[in-house]
Amino acid sequence: MGDAISAESATTSGEVRFGGKKTEPGFCREVERLSGQKLSACYQCGECTAGCPVAFAMDLMPNQVTRMALAGMADEVLQSRSIWLCVGCNTCVTRCPRLVDLPRVMDSLRQIATHRGVRCPEPAIRAFHDTFLHGVERGGRLHELALVAALKLKTGRLFQDVPAGVAMMAKGKLAILPETPEGKAEVRRIFEECKRRAGKGDGHAG
Amino acid sequence: MKSANVAPGREMAMQDNRAYAYYPGCSLHATAKEYDLSARAICAALGVELREVPGWNCCGASSAHGRDHLLSTTLAARNLALVEEMGLEEVAVPCAACFNRLAVAGHELREDASLAEEVRGVLERPLQGKAKARALLDVVARDVGTERIRDAVVRPLEGLKVACYYGCLLVRPPRALETDERVEDPQSLDELVRAMGGEPVEWPHKTECCGAGLSLTRTDVVRKLSADILKMARECGADCIVCACPLCMTNLDMRQGEALKAAGERFRIPVLYFTELMALAMGIPDAERWLKMHFVDASAVARRETAAANGMEAEQ
Ligand code: SF4
Ligand code: SF4
Repeated sequence: MGDAISAESATTSGEVRFGGKKTEPGFCREVERLSGQKLSACYQCGECTAGCPVAFAMDLMPNQVTRMALAGMADEVLQSRSIWLCVGCNTCVTRCPRLVDLPRVMDSLRQIATHRGVRCPEPAIRAFHDTFLHGVERGGRLHELALVAALKLKTGRLFQDVPAGVAMMAKGKLAILPETPEGKAEVRRIFEECKRRAGKGDGHAG
Repeated sequence: MKSANVAPGREMAMQDNRAYAYYPGCSLHATAKEYDLSARAICAALGVELREVPGWNCCGASSAHGRDHLLSTTLAARNLALVEEMGLEEVAVPCAACFNRLAVAGHELREDASLAEEVRGVLERPLQGKAKARALLDVVARDVGTERIRDAVVRPLEGLKVACYYGCLLVRPPRALETDERVEDPQSLDELVRAMGGEPVEWPHKTECCGAGLSLTRTDVVRKLSADILKMARECGADCIVCACPLCMTNLDMRQGEALKAAGERFRIPVLYFTELMALAMGIPDAERWLKMHFVDASAVARRETAAANGMEAEQ
């Protein structure tokens, strides 16, 4: 758990330093621009955290993420597990009295963290998304078996899920050959174009 | 356009049958094969025409939006553009996660003109933004309607207690999904089960999260969330759980053994796609064969063995 927060900021834990050395002016604006959400709208009622199914595994609670991002505490939020653990279940968005779309905030923090090369405390989750998108970029559709295989190689957890994988194949549930839809080249071009636009500063392509 | 050899009465009936574009999504061609097969079978039997979107692509699911909002919207938008090119207005989507992506993207394209312009620029296809994503469950429960479903049932689900599990992505967030489900207590699946003669149980976990995409990476989190759902269904007296999402199915069915073991429980509870339960009630011959693709034995549901019939229920 402790390695999620750098030694430097860990010494300040418990003490929230709004406006102190650790805050980054402009960070809030960057998050707001990318997420399309107004962070100051959040009045810290805690409804999001109360209903979040994965809060028990998070290091920063969802309401802390919004407030710390607002305060410009970039290191703390970008290094947190929470931004990767959010499953996008939309429970918080649905219940937030201020209509803050927290998963959009989490998404934009992931983008900034990736863009800045911040070490990810949940490398398997990040590898999952990268592998998933790489597969879609190349094939237009997701090939589930290739995803499982590539992910195992990447994370080194090679044999963790073998029984389930074998059983799935036995049941004819993992197609052996990827499908090749007509739109493959078009999808690849969409990825390219989005990366190009992100590179021009309209967003972050990761 | 109609063929001449259709009897007049039959033609009338065919006019109520609307055609929908059909977006299976990646899982339905692999891990959720039985969902695809049963969805197509029940729709054919109910006279709902599904036309698969030619050349559809992955909607980006839960990964693309974490990288780039424009990318995730454009991936979804391409599919919506293809639906428009088919000359259809609605696309029926069985997978809850794909439905959520396509519906949210469609909503954003309608609400945000500058985003729509940008997406059109990337897509290089005409996109009017008219095509609407509909959850297959909603199409079946609301458009076909419980009356026609009641008529199609040949083997009612008598005495079967069903935990209707909607999960997250079918209902949330309601503003963007443009559905009329009650978000904290949705009803369509319950209505469907009732129309087939089954008994939806009252339970509080209808829309709790199963951990979704963390299945391969933080299996510990998924095990806990799934065990909570499975235990609650059992506690509320359900004979089985029905769902409408391949991710929910993986987490509740394939991971059921390990999840319950970690929670110190020994029971098992069958999990079915709503389309499979419908196929059983409608007497579609392949229905029992699809159940063999599940990890937890679901044949008791096919045999209509209920806890009540087995005398497993102490009450009364
Ligand atoms: S529910 Fe909304 S207003 Fe309340 S703390 Fe969470 S983000 Fe802020
Ligand atoms: S969307 Fe993310 S932050 Fe919100 S409740 Fe779900 S997991 Fe928690």
